[in-house]
Amino acid sequence: MAEQHAPMLSLRGLTRRFGGLTAVDAIDLDLGKGELVSIIGPNGAGKTTLFNLVTGLDRPDDGAVRFEGQDITGLSPERLAAEGIARTFQLGRVFGNLSVMDNVLIGAHTRLRAVKPTVPVIGPLLELGLALLRPASVRAEEERLREEVKAILARFGERLLPRIDQPAYSLSYANRRRVEIARALALRPRLLLLDEPTAGMNPTETAEMQGLVAELKAEGLTILLIEHKLEMVMRLSDRVIVMDEGKKIAEGPGEEVRGDPKVIEAYLGHGLSGTTEQESAA
Amino acid sequence: MSSWLDYTINGLIVGNVYALVAVGLALIFGVSRLINFAQGSIYLVGAYIGWVAVVRLHTPLPLTIIVVAAAAAMVGLIIERFGLRPLQNSVRIAPLLATIGISFVLDQLVMLTFSPNPRALPSQLPDVRFQLGGGTIGPLDLLIAGVGLTSALLLFVFLRYTKLGWAVRATAQDRDAAMQMGVDVNRVNQAVFGIAAALGGVSGMLVGMYYNQIDTAMSLQATLKGVVAEVVGGAGNVPGAVIGSLLLGLVESYGVAVFGTSYRNLFAFLLLVVVLVLRPSGLFASARQAPPEPLTGTFIAPSRPVRIPRWALLVAAAAFAVLPFFPVSSYVLQTLINAWLLGMLALSLTLVAGTMGQVSLGHAALLAIGAYTSALLSLTLAVPVGLAVIGGGLMSAALGTLLISPSFRLRGHYVSIATLAIGEIVSLVILNWESVTRGPIGISGIPPLSLFGYDLISPFSVYWFSFAVMLVLALLQGRLLGSHLGRSFRAIRDDDIAARAYGLSLNRYKSLAFIFGGFAAGVSGGIAAHLYSYINHETFNTQQSILALTVVILGGLGNVVGAIVGSVALVGLPELFRIAAEYRILIYGIVLLLLVRFRPQGLLGTI
Repeated sequence: MAEQHAPMLSLRGLTRRFGGLTAVDAIDLDLGKGELVSIIGPNGAGKTTLFNLVTGLDRPDDGAVRFEGQDITGLSPERLAAEGIARTFQLGRVFGNLSVMDNVLIGAHTRLRAVKPTVPVIGPLLELGLALLRPASVRAEEERLREEVKAILARFGERLLPRIDQPAYSLSYANRRRVEIARALALRPRLLLLDEPTAGMNPTETAEMQGLVAELKAEGLTILLIEHKLEMVMRLSDRVIVMDEGKKIAEGPGEEVRGDPKVIEAYLGHGLSGTTEQESAA
Repeated sequence: MSSWLDYTINGLIVGNVYALVAVGLALIFGVSRLINFAQGSIYLVGAYIGWVAVVRLHTPLPLTIIVVAAAAAMVGLIIERFGLRPLQNSVRIAPLLATIGISFVLDQLVMLTFSPNPRALPSQLPDVRFQLGGGTIGPLDLLIAGVGLTSALLLFVFLRYTKLGWAVRATAQDRDAAMQMGVDVNRVNQAVFGIAAALGGVSGMLVGMYYNQIDTAMSLQATLKGVVAEVVGGAGNVPGAVIGSLLLGLVESYGVAVFGTSYRNLFAFLLLVVVLVLRPSGLFASARQAPPEPLTGTFIAPSRPVRIPRWALLVAAAAFAVLPFFPVSSYVLQTLINAWLLGMLALSLTLVAGTMGQVSLGHAALLAIGAYTSALLSLTLAVPVGLAVIGGGLMSAALGTLLISPSFRLRGHYVSIATLAIGEIVSLVILNWESVTRGPIGISGIPPLSLFGYDLISPFSVYWFSFAVMLVLALLQGRLLGSHLGRSFRAIRDDDIAARAYGLSLNRYKSLAFIFGGFAAGVSGGIAAHLYSYINHETFNTQQSILALTVVILGGLGNVVGAIVGSVALVGLPELFRIAAEYRILIYGIVLLLLVRFRPQGLLGTI
């Protein structure tokens, strides 16, 4: 727990219903600065829906999201990106026809200053003009970001750098996930939400990804992680939250949660008792 | 107020006809998430088959209806089998483009077979009117109402009580799950296209009888009205489509009562815009829907653009620049001037449709706005022609962006619908706003092109001028694509949800793309106005929109060089082979279909 200071992210009674199904049911959560909290739970537990609510892709029916003391409930994803919240997607939503470089540069979009003057009304027109004229300040900014992208890609060893000009659709599945994380890092996030970053990766690749997330945590980044690979969750997390059928059923240090009978039932019990899984909210 | 009752009856009858089209659209959208742009063409085909049956074969009415329904259903099955089924696993833009191509091919075939002149389609019913309350109602009104109700009932029984009907509903709910449960999705598609086409064909025939007139312009109108009704009712919602149609019929009928016949389409458009802005998922959709499923596929075909070395482009540009020094006929120069003007339009469309992913079907409207602005500026305000053309470009950029902005939150097909509607409305406004546009008379005596006080009249000077303007626009667009805006546009096209999550505002960047593209198209229209010296509301028509779209697909979506190569090819080749004008649009449609099927990335690849 982040006892010493106010939490960076705090959710209170966050609820989202789809028709008769309550995908996220009155979730409370606090995330302190520099903390890494994992959310685990069976498929359809509402983890990704929770991410969508925090990042503005979906609006809650009830409850509030506060980020660094500000109420950000229901703000648009564009605004939240500008606030410093970055996320990756469960299914790996890279921009297929863009090169690796361009994909990651999009991550830095909210940090463009020289080419995006914050003038009301005619701001967009100035942006168009500056993009066409490209004065020295704009060129310098673009150059700086490109260097930074290379530095970010270098964190993935030789996985992405040699493919920097290739379109993302030509990459392997694992590399697309890496591009997504690189894109999120380019935003210089204050809060990073990772949705199953190792889905579909083999053990070597998973270990690599685990190393990278550990590095990011060591650098002080605040991270909310959805992950199915429990070993990785246990090693990385300060705290683990277990969700089932939209509700938080357990919270605490990894080892403690792991032995919780409710958690074991959530993972095994439904399968045995034959309850239908609500896949739609996965 | 007897007339009000008449207008109400008329609205409901017309609404009933729209419902026949809209229900087909809703069924197709339900099972394949596709707005079938060819629905209006089937309606047209139905009307002409009805004409053949009634006027040539003298069939009795019940047989006419059966013949029309069967023949139209055949057309629907052919479209499904040969036009769309091969595209099942391709990118999302492909079936959209295919139905657009099919629609143009069908319309042209009808036009070539029956000539574009209107024909009378007698109703075969006694011409009597019954008193009903304060209004009157005729046998044809009753027939239309009867056909509407019977179809609705049959459809209800089919969907609810037959096995195939269950399969249709299951597929509409979850296509993948239905497939896993053993539903033959191809058969479902076939059934749906057959039913939709039969309804559409009968609807065309009834409308022809109702107005006792059929002509080839009916097709676009029907698509537009059917889609408006469907969107109002909620895409894919069959009962919603019926109610949306009746509502549309009433709104139009009352609108006509108050403002006059020429404003009929304006009300359809206003209804569409109001619904799109306030309730984009339709009047009858539940207020909060599940968030859109993540789409893993990309909108356009992934490909690597063909890299053309810079020197080759320079050599080509230089060759075209010095061409007039060689002994070429003025006919060749004239053809190339047309190619350069089309090139500017194609640059605009390739940015909007290719780079930004907003497939515009009303791009000729931007030409018209630019042309009228430039013509009127130079004629009435005596603005120098060079500045007037720029003014035309700016007006096109501003007005075009403003008109399209309600559709910015929509995706794929809806943008095409909105642009189609806007194209119609622009020409309607030009036709009706006589105090400014001089209405149907058009504007004549537009001064020739001039630059710094020198008139450009010789083919040489016009050639160089238009070539230079196109080159400048192309270079600017190339520069735009290389900037952060280029990648932002393409990111939004590839995945708008991920783009928003990284801070890209859809409104802002779609506006910028339309502003830039609108300018290029407006300049093209402006230059054309001064070249032709006369323009009217029909100078810039759908034919140019479809030609530009074919050019853009041919060259490769988003590809600047491709847009120019495509323009030269599609303007030049028909001239080279001396293809008669009436066959050209048919050929453009076929080229579009073949490209979508066999080379979706175009000649030079998408960017």
